[in-house]
Amino acid sequence: MDSAVQAEDSRALGGTDLQGIGVTTALVLLLLAAAGVALSVGRYPVGFWDLMTIAGGWFGIGPGRAGVGETDWRVVELVRAPRVLVAALCGAGLALAGATLQGIFRNPLVGPQMIGVSSGAAFGGALAILLVLGAAALIGLAFVFGLLAVMIVYLVSRQDGRSPILMLVLAGVVVSALFGALVSLLTYLADPNDTLPAIVFWLMGSFAVASFTKVAIVAGALILFGLPLLMMRFGINLLSLGDEEAEALGVPVERTRWIALICVTAITASTVAIAGIVGWVGLVVPHLARMIVGPDHRRLLPASALLGASYMIAVDTVARTLTPAEIPLGVLTAIIGAPIFGVLLRRTQRKGWEA
Amino acid sequence: MIAARDIGFRYPRSDAWVFQGLSFEIEAGQVFGILGPNGRGKTTLLKCLVGLIKTSAGTLHLPDAIGYVPQGFSTPFAYTVMDIVLMGRARQIGTFGSPRAYDRTIAAAALADLGIERFARRLVTSLSGGERQMVLIARALASEAPIMILDEPTAALDFRNQSIVLHVLHRLSRERGLTIVMTTHHPQHALEIADAALLLQDGDRHAVGPIAQTLTEGHLSDLYGLPVRAAEFDHGDRRSTAMIPVLHAARQAAP
Repeated sequence: MDSAVQAEDSRALGGTDLQGIGVTTALVLLLLAAAGVALSVGRYPVGFWDLMTIAGGWFGIGPGRAGVGETDWRVVELVRAPRVLVAALCGAGLALAGATLQGIFRNPLVGPQMIGVSSGAAFGGALAILLVLGAAALIGLAFVFGLLAVMIVYLVSRQDGRSPILMLVLAGVVVSALFGALVSLLTYLADPNDTLPAIVFWLMGSFAVASFTKVAIVAGALILFGLPLLMMRFGINLLSLGDEEAEALGVPVERTRWIALICVTAITASTVAIAGIVGWVGLVVPHLARMIVGPDHRRLLPASALLGASYMIAVDTVARTLTPAEIPLGVLTAIIGAPIFGVLLRRTQRKGWEA
Repeated sequence: MIAARDIGFRYPRSDAWVFQGLSFEIEAGQVFGILGPNGRGKTTLLKCLVGLIKTSAGTLHLPDAIGYVPQGFSTPFAYTVMDIVLMGRARQIGTFGSPRAYDRTIAAAALADLGIERFARRLVTSLSGGERQMVLIARALASEAPIMILDEPTAALDFRNQSIVLHVLHRLSRERGLTIVMTTHHPQHALEIADAALLLQDGDRHAVGPIAQTLTEGHLSDLYGLPVRAAEFDHGDRRSTAMIPVLHAARQAAP
């Protein structure tokens, strides 16, 4: 890979455990800084010391809510805090999902969107909105159809026990097109006064109506399905060797991969259900993380999650502050992500497609 | 260590046997060579021995753990040599585990045993063919399996590296009692280090036995369909044999 030289450089920096701790600390500080900025900026700016006072109150330090104006407190704690938390959790989840997929498909150019999870989940969610089935069904259907989409891509792209990059991308295009058409069909059938706008705005992606219930849902999905992924990150290293080699090393390949795929699908579906289609994060962030910590998934997965959280908070803050009206999140992540992907594509293609 | 009784393999929905009626035993501590022309099922047989695919007929007794050395890496990720060697510990670590200090010690010892501990921090993408082969052997060593199965370990190597790898395999067999099974296209390589060999010919024809009785002029001529002559060398303390294909009449006339 082209990043070999960079990876070697970064190993020189982040090679030992002590330096690994340093990188982790830096990523945590970055996340805290992103969250701090996101909590204070906006149409109603909140000063640094006011923010510190409110934040102190969360940990029982200082006067907390009593030390600042009522409006400051409301804006920070009731409006921005859940939004920042949802953004952070979704970003962490999507980046974790993307890093895992890149590992198990042995290709640094796949993400939740490219292999059909997102479009499958979008169809499931849109179906739930059309049929007015409620929030629980939205998450459930998003998960079921997300998993269905991945299974189709996986089966279509598989040749002689391998999933070559070209087949994978083409199968992803096919499945995404199929579910995209089905989503169009649903929007065509939807009531223009009621379910149609609901579906359209949900699909564009937004953290605007964040609540602590949504925080709990994404956090729950991350704990249930993200922790197993973090635990099996050495196994993802093994899967990245390819089926035969991993099998010969004693890895139960099919079982391990399906566990990982189900976790990825559950995490992606939960973020799609809460925030709509937020593309490109799962593709771009693992790349940035790989440039910092190298390709070893034992480091890459936690680093991707931390960086994804910061990235999502930053993008969401730009989305709501850049213009008077909010820019849909999915639009912004694509505008940022697509050019980065283009550059990565060119760089990797020079080294040949076959991974 | 490995016992095969009348084993055969054919692909599902196919009548043609890749190989058939093979019986052989590989004893603990032996170096065992598998030879045969292209397309006679060497790789398929090796996959059966590693346990990657199941035989279609006969009984095959395999040990619980096998150290497998493929022909090369196929991962797109630039792992360090240490990361790759640690992966040899997969059986001990399990799906949801991570390598511990003990696994790291074993991996470092495997690298040291092959004299390549200085590679530990290098990226596998920066290694030469010979270095990669040594790293893959170190990974199999780190698995602590009593048997190592290698797929043409000398195929992509230059003359010098071929000898280095063969020497290492021979030493691992003698010093650690490791059982070694390898496929090779060079009768010479089997002659140098193998105790026994299996020659795979068409369909159910095969020859198996101690190296001196198996890799003979007659068998090799028959196997590859061209005249082969043996040349004896006296090294003083030991003797060795070289097998030379005879392609020209001029050479055929030579002693």
